[in-house]
Amino acid sequence: MPTLTEAPPPLAPAAPEPAPARRRGRFTPYWLLLPGLLWLVVFFALPLVYQASTSVQTGSLEEGYKVTWHFATYWDAFSQYWPQFLRSVLYAAAATVLCLVLGYPLAYLIAFRAGRWRNLIMVLVIAPFFTSFLIRTLAWKTILADDGPIVHALNSLHILALTDFLGWTAGDRVLATPTAVVCGLTYNFLPFMILPLYTSLERIDGRLHEAAGDLYARPATTFRKVTFPLSMPGVVSGTLLTFIPAAGDYVNSELLGSTDTRMIGNVIQSQFLTVMDYPTAAALSFILMAAILGMVTVYIRRSGTEDLV
Amino acid sequence: MEQYEPERLTPPQAAALRRSLRNGRAALTRRSLLRAGAGGALAVGGLGTLSACGIPPAGLARGSVSSQDHSATEKVVNFSNWTEYIDVDDSGKHHPTLDTFRRRTGIKVNYTEDINDNNEFFGKIKPQLAAGQDTGRDIIVLTDWLAGRLIRLGWVQKLDPSLLPHAYANLSPQFRNPDWDPGRAYSYPWQGISTVIAFNRKALDGVEVKTVSDLLDNPALKGRVGMLSEMRDTIGMIMLDMGKDPARFGDDDFDAVLARLQKAVDKGQIRRFTGNDYTSDLAKGDLAACLAWAGDVVQLKSDSPDVDYVVPPSGYMTSTDNMLVPNRARHRANAERLMDFYYEPQQAAELAAYINYVTPVDGVKPYLARIDKDAADNPLIVPDKAMQAKSHAFRSLSSKEETAYEEKFSKLTGA
Repeated sequence: MPTLTEAPPPLAPAAPEPAPARRRGRFTPYWLLLPGLLWLVVFFALPLVYQASTSVQTGSLEEGYKVTWHFATYWDAFSQYWPQFLRSVLYAAAATVLCLVLGYPLAYLIAFRAGRWRNLIMVLVIAPFFTSFLIRTLAWKTILADDGPIVHALNSLHILALTDFLGWTAGDRVLATPTAVVCGLTYNFLPFMILPLYTSLERIDGRLHEAAGDLYARPATTFRKVTFPLSMPGVVSGTLLTFIPAAGDYVNSELLGSTDTRMIGNVIQSQFLTVMDYPTAAALSFILMAAILGMVTVYIRRSGTEDLV
Repeated sequence: MEQYEPERLTPPQAAALRRSLRNGRAALTRRSLLRAGAGGALAVGGLGTLSACGIPPAGLARGSVSSQDHSATEKVVNFSNWTEYIDVDDSGKHHPTLDTFRRRTGIKVNYTEDINDNNEFFGKIKPQLAAGQDTGRDIIVLTDWLAGRLIRLGWVQKLDPSLLPHAYANLSPQFRNPDWDPGRAYSYPWQGISTVIAFNRKALDGVEVKTVSDLLDNPALKGRVGMLSEMRDTIGMIMLDMGKDPARFGDDDFDAVLARLQKAVDKGQIRRFTGNDYTSDLAKGDLAACLAWAGDVVQLKSDSPDVDYVVPPSGYMTSTDNMLVPNRARHRANAERLMDFYYEPQQAAELAAYINYVTPVDGVKPYLARIDKDAADNPLIVPDKAMQAKSHAFRSLSSKEETAYEEKFSKLTGA
């Protein structure tokens, strides 16, 4: 662990500390932090430490597990299950892009054009949350049923032949294929995209649009140069709120997918509950966490919205 | 390693925290905290605490946890069972057989339907049982492989045969000697679950399905075949089809079966590995044929006329859900009386008429015929001699085998 000491202290600049204005309020911020911190320590930090410890243990249920610092578990887990990792990232990315494409126009409409319908549409966006996640996902089995109207329509338009060729669907069905899983993910996480988009679009001053028009910008240019850049915080937080849970999701793949659509969440679940290989399951969880953290960091850096999120 | 384990925040962290707390709201950004935390996080997490953890062995020596029986003074028994696994009256609130039991014995049964999944339930009761504590339950109902594991771990109590005269006399011979509990010292079956082939006649569209090979090989069924995610049922059925004995097999046999199944998966023959959720797929026709549990099939058949079942000539798998008394249960004698009560043919018939699973009680047929003639004649509920002869059980696995097999099987199912 020598790297820890060699690295410079992360926040070195010793800015002169302003003298506390009033001594009495000095500890107030800490007291205010306390409940949240306690919550995080008990329900986040401790389980995380416990999980980290599990991931470097070896043993079996009957003999018990001991910490043996067996880091090879990480490599074994990754080399065995990298296809599921890759698949999770791909599906989550596809669902996120779809959510953005579907959600942006809707959020735009609600923010600028909906007028008195705004509240109604917002309620409609949130309404699916009144039913359970499982029920909503199961509903897609009816929507995409083999002899349901959608599959019939797609078949008669020969669209399924094309998607079959691309490997997105199989034969003349949609259920139990990657397409069904991505559809389910998109549907289930769409509100998480719309809500932040709406909040950041709604904050944009309408007069900016007028000003852009006065400066001879066409509507498309206005959108490209004014609206979209200003909505970036919404785009970034929306994509994060969609991508992160979608990458770890296992319900959609379990119910709508097949053997070749299993995501990393399914692997972790079966390792924990069925195979009872706790170290591998814990290691997989950590790899997933690290991978998502890494990708999100790069994404935030790239999108240049660090201070907006 | 000590030097990397500060007991408190590192000075730069503390400084960052203090600064960010004071300088107005803009200062407390996630970034500054993250940045300050990054260096110290690992150290604060405490590598030392990591190695201090560890999970002690789960097993206990058999009989090492004695429990005091409060049956005489407390006239209750806490019964945890699977959902929809007992008779219910028309109001949906009362269980007639439990009411009869109470009237006769004065023992109140607290009936809870809190078992949904063997693995999940195991996770739920594991902490208490491993620590030798009371789970608050006097009877739990678990599928045989998990019941076997609990017995192996020493987590359940030996039953007193003198309190189980009916159970001893009426238990169907095919369930008497499972290899994980010979002679039924620790467990008695609640119901049996047979695995057969179910199909939807309309979806099959004239294709004939008689054997497991048809499911795995017939190209007309590509992408419309379901297998069960319960490893023992799926593997067992294929084993029988391949002429192997699920009660006596080795690693090579298991791998051969797996290879056969893998071939079907690679061909895209199999649509999904399912739990109970195949029922809706089969009724809708999304699945043309699948491995299915007999209790579900009886129900499905009465709901949709297209669904039917076939018992393959090579035989079928039967597992049991078993009543067990966990360690430290406070009312063992009451629990045993309840178990015995359900082995009276009259009560077993009431139960069988309602839930449609394989009854483990001999001599039920005449009683059941009085309630429901069709059920009494249904070999899926009361197996006749020919049916019993085709029934097979999966052998119990050592914990090492269990992990290895489950791992291979779950990899085959995609995860």
